[in-house]
Amino acid sequence: MRLTQGCFSFLPDLTDEQIRAQAQYCIDNRWAVNIEFTDDPHPRNTYWEMWGLPMFDIKDAAAVMMELQECRKAYGDRYIRLSGFDSTHGWESLKISFIVNRPAEEPGFRLVRQEGRGRNMRYTTQAYVTDRPEGQRYR
Amino acid sequence: MSKDGATLDAKPSTVRGKDRYKSGVMEYKKMGYWEPEYEPKDTDIIALFRVTPQDGVDPIEASAAVAGESSTATWTVVWTDRLTACEKYRGKCYRVEPVPNAPSSYFAWIAYDLDLFEPGSISNLAASIIGNVFGFKPLKALRLEDMRLPVAYVKTFDGPATGIVVERERLDKFGRPLLGATVKPKLGLSGRNYGRVVYEALKGGLDFTKDDENINSQPFMHWRDRYLYSMEAVNRAQAETGEVKGSYLNVTAATMEDMYERAEFASELGSVIVMIDLVIGYTAIQSMSQWARRNNMILHLHRAGHGTYTRQKIHGVSFRVIAKWMRLAGVDHIHAGTVVGKLEGDPRTIRGYYDICREDLVPQKLENGIFFEQQWASLRKLMPVASGGIHAGQMHQLLDLLGEDTVLQFGGGTIGHPTGIVAGATANRVALEAMVLARNEGRDIAREGPAILEAAAKHCLPLRQALEIWKDVTFDYASTDTPDFVPTATASV
Repeated sequence: MRLTQGCFSFLPDLTDEQIRAQAQYCIDNRWAVNIEFTDDPHPRNTYWEMWGLPMFDIKDAAAVMMELQECRKAYGDRYIRLSGFDSTHGWESLKISFIVNRPAEEPGFRLVRQEGRGRNMRYTTQAYVTDRPEGQRYR
Repeated sequence: MSKDGATLDAKPSTVRGKDRYKSGVMEYKKMGYWEPEYEPKDTDIIALFRVTPQDGVDPIEASAAVAGESSTATWTVVWTDRLTACEKYRGKCYRVEPVPNAPSSYFAWIAYDLDLFEPGSISNLAASIIGNVFGFKPLKALRLEDMRLPVAYVKTFDGPATGIVVERERLDKFGRPLLGATVKPKLGLSGRNYGRVVYEALKGGLDFTKDDENINSQPFMHWRDRYLYSMEAVNRAQAETGEVKGSYLNVTAATMEDMYERAEFASELGSVIVMIDLVIGYTAIQSMSQWARRNNMILHLHRAGHGTYTRQKIHGVSFRVIAKWMRLAGVDHIHAGTVVGKLEGDPRTIRGYYDICREDLVPQKLENGIFFEQQWASLRKLMPVASGGIHAGQMHQLLDLLGEDTVLQFGGGTIGHPTGIVAGATANRVALEAMVLARNEGRDIAREGPAILEAAAKHCLPLRQALEIWKDVTFDYASTDTPDFVPTATASV
């Protein structure tokens, strides 16, 4: 399967040139750029690991691309996403978020159904990879 | 539009003292409902009406009558006024102007003291401002165009249960419009078949599917079946894609008890969103907003029925007023027009609605039909929904005109795709992502849109097919509800 979280997952994987343009768009909007990675792709896994602090005061997307290369070297077997954070009053949250690195294989999710009374159903989504401990998943 | 100049008859005519309370009938403009020297207070609610008097009726008297009948007046003098601080409680018409290019209609500005209203009640506001006066015989027609809601009043409401920012955080979807589709045919599908449409559309790439306004609990499909099959579909699609998905389960029903029962069941099944129709009434809407807040639920409002009173400029209530009321009442989504689709929608008028829903400070903008600056004082933002006759080939126009904090709903434009619902959904999602990517890269999407879509279609067969089948579909009719002021008019108030 292909994990379709983020802003551009239905397009072919973005090239570095395309990623750089989106990072520059964030910087031009005065958003802080954040790089995060994970090996738990659950749709409600909000807190991916931060690759350092958000980059608040950068002028050029080259800095983002450098950090991304470093992150890929360390965690290239996992999901990496890039996001732009807007601290303007009334928003104070992300303005964009998209995947910039994927594991070679994406095994997907198991849907667990627990049948209840009156045809009621409790659903649980589990990533197949998270059966293994963190750090030992996409290898 | 200046405060003097076109303004009619600046002289006050209020009778004061003992003579004011002599038994009998007195003109409204003499009873204290026409006060051209009145300066509205920051805490006053101000309403702007379009007044069309019967032939021969003085526009000032007609406007004063509107002020009177929407506040304290009755048709004759009553001595019991003197038991109250009646001057404070009178609605005060303080300005009347002819409507540009409409010889027999007038704009009337009326200020109401805050004490005339119960805090936090849209029903009370509506009963006061539009309760009696629209049937008043000396008027040929009357329309409530806009309202200025003071911060002191706004702060008595909770506002949207979730709001745009928290909705995006919950769904983990940022930086692009959300995508939805209304399940079609709107009537007749069984629960099992209905869920099939939900599954295919969500799996194909949509974020939401939607019950239509009149899907409740009919002989062909009981509401419980719809919810059970829809949630099976939602969870299956979520597992297929790894993305949060939702389906607006319509909880509209005959009684509040029924609506609560349905909403509780939706919540029990793990739905992220429920939906109501505007026709359930303002009190029910506020109750459902409170329920949604307590249950971490996004609340979608379908504006069913609004066209009966919003569409004609001469009579009724403008949708910009309804949008303001609904932001106060506390819904999270509201259908607010598409500009390019099959339903009524002048571009500037719709821009005005979207600003009302999404901005914290909405400046006066006459060319968009916004007569008053409106401060929302950090009240949560309301997500406008564009639905009705739109398709992937219009993606550049939709993104350019409506911005990214909106839900784009392609019903026919998903389900009508020649190779199936999954393909229809994928075509829409690919078109959207390609357009957002291009916009962020600094390209002029309004102009280059068709080329961007063509390029995206090279790697997406479903998009290629969608562009081919719907390329010439447009709904090009004159709008009935348009602004009265052209963009060049200078606004000074």
